Amino acid sequence: MRVEGREKVTGTARYAYEYPVAGAAYAFAVQAAAGPGRVTAVHDEEVLALPGVIAVLSHRNAPALKPVEDGELALFQSDEVAYRGQVVAAVVAETLDTAREAARLLRVDYDDRPPKVRLSPGDPGLYKPEEVNPSFPADTGQGDPDEAFGASAVRIDATYTTPAEHNNPMEPHATIAEWRDGGLTLHDSNQGASTVAATLAELFDLEPAQVRVVAPHVGGGFGSKGTPRPNVVLAAMAARVTGRPVKFAFTRQQMFATTGYRTPTIQRVRLGADADGTLTTIVHEVVEQTSTVREFAEQAATPTRMMYRAPHRRTAHRLARLDVPTPSWMRAPGETPGMFALECAMDELAFAAGVDPIELRVRNEPDTEPESGLPFSSRNLVACLRRGAELFGWDDRDPAPSVRRRGRKMYGTGVASATYPANLSPSKATAAAAPDGTFTVRIAAADIGTGARTALTAIAAEALKTDASRVTVEIGDSALPKAPLAGGSMGTASWGFAVTRACEALRADLDGGASPPVEASADTTEEVKARGDYARHAFGAQFAEVEVDVDTGEIRVPRMLGVFAAGRIVDPQRARSQFIGGMTMGLGMALMEESTMDERFGDYVNHDLAQYHVPACADVRDIDAVWIEESDPHLNPMGTKGIGEIGIVGAAAAVANALHHATGLRLRDLPLTPAAVLTNL
Amino acid sequence: MDSGDGVVHAEITVTVNGAARRLRVDTRVSLLDLLREELGLTGAKKGCDHGQCGACTVLLDGRRANACLALAVAQDGAEVVTVEGLAGGDRLSPLQQAFLDEDAFQCGYCTPGQLCSATGMLDEAARGRPSAVTPPGDGPPELDDAEIRERMSGNLCRCGAYVNIVAAVRAAAGEAAR
Ligand code: FES
Ligand code: FES
Repeated sequence: MRVEGREKVTGTARYAYEYPVAGAAYAFAVQAAAGPGRVTAVHDEEVLALPGVIAVLSHRNAPALKPVEDGELALFQSDEVAYRGQVVAAVVAETLDTAREAARLLRVDYDDRPPKVRLSPGDPGLYKPEEVNPSFPADTGQGDPDEAFGASAVRIDATYTTPAEHNNPMEPHATIAEWRDGGLTLHDSNQGASTVAATLAELFDLEPAQVRVVAPHVGGGFGSKGTPRPNVVLAAMAARVTGRPVKFAFTRQQMFATTGYRTPTIQRVRLGADADGTLTTIVHEVVEQTSTVREFAEQAATPTRMMYRAPHRRTAHRLARLDVPTPSWMRAPGETPGMFALECAMDELAFAAGVDPIELRVRNEPDTEPESGLPFSSRNLVACLRRGAELFGWDDRDPAPSVRRRGRKMYGTGVASATYPANLSPSKATAAAAPDGTFTVRIAAADIGTGARTALTAIAAEALKTDASRVTVEIGDSALPKAPLAGGSMGTASWGFAVTRACEALRADLDGGASPPVEASADTTEEVKARGDYARHAFGAQFAEVEVDVDTGEIRVPRMLGVFAAGRIVDPQRARSQFIGGMTMGLGMALMEESTMDERFGDYVNHDLAQYHVPACADVRDIDAVWIEESDPHLNPMGTKGIGEIGIVGAAAAVANALHHATGLRLRDLPLTPAAVLTNL
Repeated sequence: MDSGDGVVHAEITVTVNGAARRLRVDTRVSLLDLLREELGLTGAKKGCDHGQCGACTVLLDGRRANACLALAVAQDGAEVVTVEGLAGGDRLSPLQQAFLDEDAFQCGYCTPGQLCSATGMLDEAARGRPSAVTPPGDGPPELDDAEIRERMSGNLCRCGAYVNIVAAVRAAAGEAAR
């Protein structure tokens, strides 16, 4: 059971906006109604005259902030508007309804110019970023891919596109800010209290210890709460200006322009192979967008650098700097869009070469990591594919497309590989023993729904050689020992490492005769640095079955199965939830998720949950995940790889490949809509 | 009544989780904001404030409703049950227990809405209310997975816990039937 499960089912788990604060005022954001351009006037006097309005914040009166790397946080620091939808003002009032009404009434004038928002592969403004997220080279290459491709017996040259997609955690980005004794206390919805505290201290020119960020429960993030967003700056600023505690949340609609999203991508993949499907050439070139405020370069081609063997290869990323909201992390940035393209191309190659898609992947399995030459710490892609084939019933599959029809429905199955790096960050933790035989572990980790609190409790109990019921794990507070954020699927691995070391030290103290109360601490910086040179990745195989209505074009997915190899699985029930949760988001990516840019005015048009569709209960039928236990000594003391992101990787490709098997249609643009099926069938 | 500041207030009486409350409300306030901001009942969640996600689902006079779409002033005389009112003291409701057993949530933000919705849904099914899966005239619905999925589709879960939510509702429905 989840450690905090009871609080969550009884409604007593408090999220950021829900802390009782005496005398709180409410803030409401005003977004630019035009852009790019400049704000020429803010008619704040009109709304300041309304009863209950306390303040209007804009570039005209906002306190100066220290510059930080993320320009999205430089709230109200100039009259510049980078894109329509950017936050240009805020109203603070006695009640939420008054703040909201005043924000609606606030007149702002703009001097704007037509936005440039169209992402196009022929854009002369495309440029090569210095590196791609988080710090990979933009381009890589080996051999002579152009020549080798031309000489290949079987060739695939296809372009795939993925649209902008929004994270949409169910809990909107929210903050309560309070200044007390020169310090700042924030109840904030985020993926890492230490990170938010450090950034806010920088912005407001405070000592790190003067900022306290509290976030014991977070209603999802999927990357969008991995870095502080404007909400936390807005709340802190409003509280400073008014001298009151301030509550602020973005509305669902506002989140579409202010809290990040997955960049749209245009990806050209070229695969050259021998007649039997053995790859000679892999080329993966990606075009994506970023904003004028901050560069974010999604690493979409990076999985292609390590998936399959081929002597001739090239990957490249090019960016367009557009007048759009700034894209950012969304669940498995890089791998998610990149593996859609690569794994669809692999399916096309399998079909063209007349090789079973699983056999094709097995045939191109590398011995060492293709571009780096490093040994894999463990790589069980083939085992996942084989196991999945058995469980899913792949072996009697007739590869011919478009031959299974019952009534109005056509059926097909598809497969795709999944991968995600097993990274690690340094972390601190403490462990304390009390005289009554209980233990308390402290670490500024975050549980955004991953089950981190529960997993860390199990990890601590194991290292302490005690029962989990005696262990309390305190997380979600920047006052706790500093920890990295929940992101990159490395949260629980990094935190668990520090927790293990702190608990081992405490156990040794106790075994050596120390008597409680006693505390031990750990910092894994040196150990993380000292890890050997290995290519560390989790792998998986995604299987999907589709059912296509030939009259309406509707695609249903009756079955999805994921088989993963992600090190040791510490907490099976939570792990399964993470895997199937990722696969469910992958189903959304395959069939429905798409944010549409308004090409005339800028900003995303379908900015709510009625128009941006995420999977609902009836969309999800049979989704299951299983895993292959790995024992990998090169990871961390628990032997774990992250599991939060790999579930979405490859899922959309498996569905698209199944659609081809069902109908013979190769749809290369996500999402796979009824309209696209009907026009092409 | 206009209190002179341009804001109109009205007096209402609502019963919340069994206790009658006499309240003076700003006529613009939604039932959701009344619960969360004034009564300190933050169990009901705000996911969209537009009736699109179900996170704010409560039982209003015994039926599930989106509290963000209900104006507080219109609820005079109503009976409201929130997630905080589902358990009997320390004893969890069968649905709450099933959600724990099946791990039917991750972040937990949609969970109060899912639980109130499922509570109301089981009652609707028991009364023979039709759905897209069981059209009117088809007799009493049988709560198989297709029926549960259909009837629970007003509550979004971005963490993607649906498979486990359906399992939990199925388990609780089975228990209720015994
Ligand atoms: S908050 Fe009411 S339906 Fe979303
Ligand atoms: S549990 Fe996170 S949205 Fe449902």
